[in-house]
Amino acid sequence: MGLLDQRFENGNVFITSLDGLLNWARLSSLWQMQFGLACCAIEMMAASASNFDIMRFGVIPRATPRQVDVMFVAGTVTIKMASRIKRLYDQMSEPRYVISMGSCANCGGPYWEHGYHVLKGVDRVIPVDVYIPGCPPRPEALLEGIMKLQEKVRKESMIRKRA
Amino acid sequence: MTAQEIFDVLKAKFGDALPEEKLSAAGGSAAAGFSLQVWITIAPGRTKEICSFLRDDSEMQFDTLSCLSGVDYNNGTFGVVYHLSSMVQKHKIVLKAFCTKEHPHIQSVSSVWGTANWHEREVFDLFGVIIDEHPDLRRILLPDDWEGNPLRKDYKVQEFYHGMKVPY
Repeated sequence: MGLLDQRFENGNVFITSLDGLLNWARLSSLWQMQFGLACCAIEMMAASASNFDIMRFGVIPRATPRQVDVMFVAGTVTIKMASRIKRLYDQMSEPRYVISMGSCANCGGPYWEHGYHVLKGVDRVIPVDVYIPGCPPRPEALLEGIMKLQEKVRKESMIRKRA
Repeated sequence: MTAQEIFDVLKAKFGDALPEEKLSAAGGSAAAGFSLQVWITIAPGRTKEICSFLRDDSEMQFDTLSCLSGVDYNNGTFGVVYHLSSMVQKHKIVLKAFCTKEHPHIQSVSSVWGTANWHEREVFDLFGVIIDEHPDLRRILLPDDWEGNPLRKDYKVQEFYHGMKVPY
């Protein structure tokens, strides 16, 4: 609210599109599913901590899929875990987004050839909106991924009829 | 006790349960005293009685199973390797039990050291070595309906698991 704080008199009317307002609200409060799978989760925690402070983007970790908008798949998705991730994704309410963080979640990473236990990319079980490369990605890269997702949300329309 | 002394005691007590005539070593010569470099080969069907003796004997007192591993030697032989140590006597020894791929059976030592329970399940899971007399022989890392044993040298990964493609 920095741009609007204490700059106007009482009883103002602002004109914008409803989509613009809704999208502004949605992209400013992308609540995150609170879970991590491997070393990428350490970088995700670093992004949450004070140096990078992911909360200034409105990203708040929630411990239940019912309350979240975005799932960060942060780490190696084992085949045993893949069905759990699918279930968690199914439990999220729409509109829902997925950020695949790190090479393992993108494509299997270092496990691509001999990792019999690793799913070669989380996009084999759930749709992914943003891929962040890196092993693991720096917190800045995660922030960039969130901003990419915000761009995507900004272009969407919640109220227009779908074909 | 040195490895040679431990071997001599076991050989005198168990005789035919130790297939080798002397202490085994990776380099060929059994240099007694280097107890981590040498090992004692034991029969796969008699691991429990030998290990019980090693734990309970007042000279031995191997109270700790430091590690239990499986090996595929890629020549039709599987092995289970036991690293034992004694907190009291401050000595260590390595035991190995071998079995063939056609008859992969090794007796459980989980009744001797509780540590062995999960380690033996891991050997069963990843090598397919059947641990006889184990109280709870199930897979421990992989899903129950997984096909094959991944750490075998001739392992081929399955194409699909529950509709998910496994290879790259």
